[in-house]
Amino acid sequence: MKKKTKPDLSTDCAGIKSPNPFWLASAPPTNSGAQIMRAFEYGWGGAVWKTLGEDPPVINVTSRYGAMDLGGTKVAGFNNVELITDRPLSVNLKEMYEVKKRFGDRAVIASLMVPCERKSWHDIVLKVQDAGADGVELNFGCPHGMSERGMGAAVGQVPDYVKMVTEFVKEKSKIPVLVKLTPNIADVRFPARAAKAGGADGVSLINTINSLMGVDVETLVPKFAVGGKAAHGGYCGPAVKPIALNMVTQIANDPETKGLPISGIGGISTWSDAVEFLLLGATSVQLCTAVMHHGYRIVEDLEAGLRGWMKRKGYARLSDFVGASAPSVVEWKHLNLHHKTVASIDPDKCIGCDVCFIACNDTAHQCIAIDRKKGNRKPHVVQSDCVGCNLCSLVCPVDGCITMTEVKTGLKPLTWEQYAKNGMKGYTKVYESH
Amino acid sequence: MPSRNERVWRDNFAELKGPLRREEARVEASRCLYCYDAPCVTACPTHIDIPRFIRQIAAADPLGSGETVLEANALGHSCARVCPVEVLCEGACVYHDWQEKPIQIARLQRFGTDAVHARGELPFEAGPDSGKRVAVVGAGPAGVACAAYLRRLGYATTIFDRRPLPGGLNTFGVAEYKMDRRTSLEELKLLFTLGASVKTGVEVDETLAAKLLRDFDAVFLGAGLAKTRALGIPGEDLPGVLDALSFIERVKARDASWIGSSTATVVIGGGNTAVDAATQSRRAGAQAVTLAYRRGPDAMSAYDFEVALARADGARVLLNAAPKRILGRGKVEGVEFARTRTARGKLVEERATFTVPCDRVIKAIGQEKDRSLPALFGAATNPDGTIRVDPRTLRTSAPKVFAGGDAVNGGKEVVNAAADGKRAAWGIHLALVPGARPGPEDAYWVSTIDGRVVAPVQERTGAR
Repeated sequence: MKKKTKPDLSTDCAGIKSPNPFWLASAPPTNSGAQIMRAFEYGWGGAVWKTLGEDPPVINVTSRYGAMDLGGTKVAGFNNVELITDRPLSVNLKEMYEVKKRFGDRAVIASLMVPCERKSWHDIVLKVQDAGADGVELNFGCPHGMSERGMGAAVGQVPDYVKMVTEFVKEKSKIPVLVKLTPNIADVRFPARAAKAGGADGVSLINTINSLMGVDVETLVPKFAVGGKAAHGGYCGPAVKPIALNMVTQIANDPETKGLPISGIGGISTWSDAVEFLLLGATSVQLCTAVMHHGYRIVEDLEAGLRGWMKRKGYARLSDFVGASAPSVVEWKHLNLHHKTVASIDPDKCIGCDVCFIACNDTAHQCIAIDRKKGNRKPHVVQSDCVGCNLCSLVCPVDGCITMTEVKTGLKPLTWEQYAKNGMKGYTKVYESH
Repeated sequence: MPSRNERVWRDNFAELKGPLRREEARVEASRCLYCYDAPCVTACPTHIDIPRFIRQIAAADPLGSGETVLEANALGHSCARVCPVEVLCEGACVYHDWQEKPIQIARLQRFGTDAVHARGELPFEAGPDSGKRVAVVGAGPAGVACAAYLRRLGYATTIFDRRPLPGGLNTFGVAEYKMDRRTSLEELKLLFTLGASVKTGVEVDETLAAKLLRDFDAVFLGAGLAKTRALGIPGEDLPGVLDALSFIERVKARDASWIGSSTATVVIGGGNTAVDAATQSRRAGAQAVTLAYRRGPDAMSAYDFEVALARADGARVLLNAAPKRILGRGKVEGVEFARTRTARGKLVEERATFTVPCDRVIKAIGQEKDRSLPALFGAATNPDGTIRVDPRTLRTSAPKVFAGGDAVNGGKEVVNAAADGKRAAWGIHLALVPGARPGPEDAYWVSTIDGRVVAPVQERTGAR
């Protein structure tokens, strides 16, 4: 009989250990010790404390959050202009100590943000270390408010500063140091390399993206304004996940940062979102928006989903699959020009909405037709003209109705790089251009 | 405490399908797949661009949505309430192929037209004065729709109706729980801001008909059907025997003495009016209501969902029962029926009879065609009494006279009448201005007469 073993969800991200990879990101859900303890009771593996700074604490504004809804879906994207913690440092440190005392097996990471001076960073690192933190996360990502004061993203956008401050911290820190990166930069690999050069034990990303949520077209006032005026905020939530996945993968695959531990953040709502980050190289994941929408309880289905998937796949521990998909992400020039797929529509599943028809004919490659005989509405793909672009299958509302099938061309794989090296020779047409 | 009468109106005659709240509308609108060349649009006789108006609701533009509806269907506000959408737009929704509930098109349409009504301003205006006059006979859905589009084309339009209020069956014949009288009158009031003049309480006789033909450049006949057919059986004159339309009209007048005025009612007929009368009898307090039809269930012309409503309200459906006599001394006491069966396609009555006791009989076996009105205007009729028209323009055999609605189609829905009114308005315009092309203000609604031609897509001939 096959022995049933419970998959081991425990993780070690940059030397920070937790019983599962699900951490609360540094944000309102980790504002206080009482909140974090409640989260830990639900089963969260770790929590990155809402960013600590120097006293006196910051002053926040009202309102603070904004959301983008899509159709009937609430909070597809989320925006905030909240700053770092507005509670005194001593209060946070005392509570941190209590949390660690009660939940010794969970990861408590102190997110930090102080001015770019060696002494400021030394002081705060020593304090959180004393409070029992398992690691620190340097907040070089916050894109609003703090960046105007020379902190947060203002540091993260200058690789030299990233390296310098990381070095300050490493001079004193006995606990692992994560550097949280901002996505508001042309190429995230540069600050990641700088963090590594400064001695960081790992990086966490992405922080929020600069955003303005909109304008109320009745009042002409920006949406989610503070007394009629709005400042740009930081954007997150389900809509940002693909941006985050790309940046995580860039760092995982960059020869200079390969192997640098990553804590993945950005739009994670479900267990499978989390698995995607892990497959692309993250060893822990951080969540915020989904928790702000539904509460700490979501960790129960995150954990169950991950465990169930690992069982189905036969994975005993996270290291069995972490990073497994990253090598499949390559530069465009390495894609096979001789690969061919075409669409086909299952007439039994088709409901005749003809959304694929108009999408293909107006905006893609004009290869879906409808035989209008006897009032038929069901379209079919003219496969000889199909370029395999996916558009029809993306807009089709019915699961499994339009499938993209590989057509064996019998041709040797050919990448753009090889083709260019061959003097633009060796390509055999696999689709009709029109 | 509300009176019994008020309670009955509040509880029994409340709207069956209420309005959607804003967030309900948004969620429902977001379900719409925005089909291309959508089957719901084809199914709608007025060819409202349904996916477009639903998308406008999803995009938080209810007024724009209402405009899309009212462009194609001047009576879109009442059609949203009275249309048998189960067999029209909602019945055609592709969600059925998915074994899912169709989009609630009617309630979304109402969301759009309610927004227009809340604003109290039509999204379009009367056209510049054409210098020509058109008379419309009948202020029912066909006539009112025709008048609205004639006003958009700039014709001085006068509507004549024999009843004290305009609206025809929308005002007098629609079951109150589908649409109340006030809603019908509000719709008309807004449409009449286009400037049609309305003369109610006017019976069109030979003299007036001659005057209309003389004084007006064209006449539209939209007077509907005549009185309910007679059963042709003994006892039909007894007190307590009513025709369905006057019964419904009395109920809609909300007369307190009408509530509970029958203990047992027999409704005779198998169409939607019969079923409406049965449902309303129950709701007005009759304890035993029998809907009697002389053929089997498959021959009933009433919609299944209407019959289901009557049954759910407690009406008994008695099939294969042919009325032979209405019994009673001085007043109705029962109806004697013969059992029927269908043998080789023919209805055969059995000899044995049975009696259903009752104190009221409602006749609902269809309305007669009004053959006299078309004759007054020189318009030829078909053998069945409907007015003969050119289907493209709805012009009758009399060159100045056009016709539409029940008098032409023999009795269909409000939306069919509204579509006819629209078609006839453009038909009249073409007759008075030969070769006319719609200007920018009219191009859209004119394009909906036959259904909009969608942009041609390059034909591809590749193998399947």
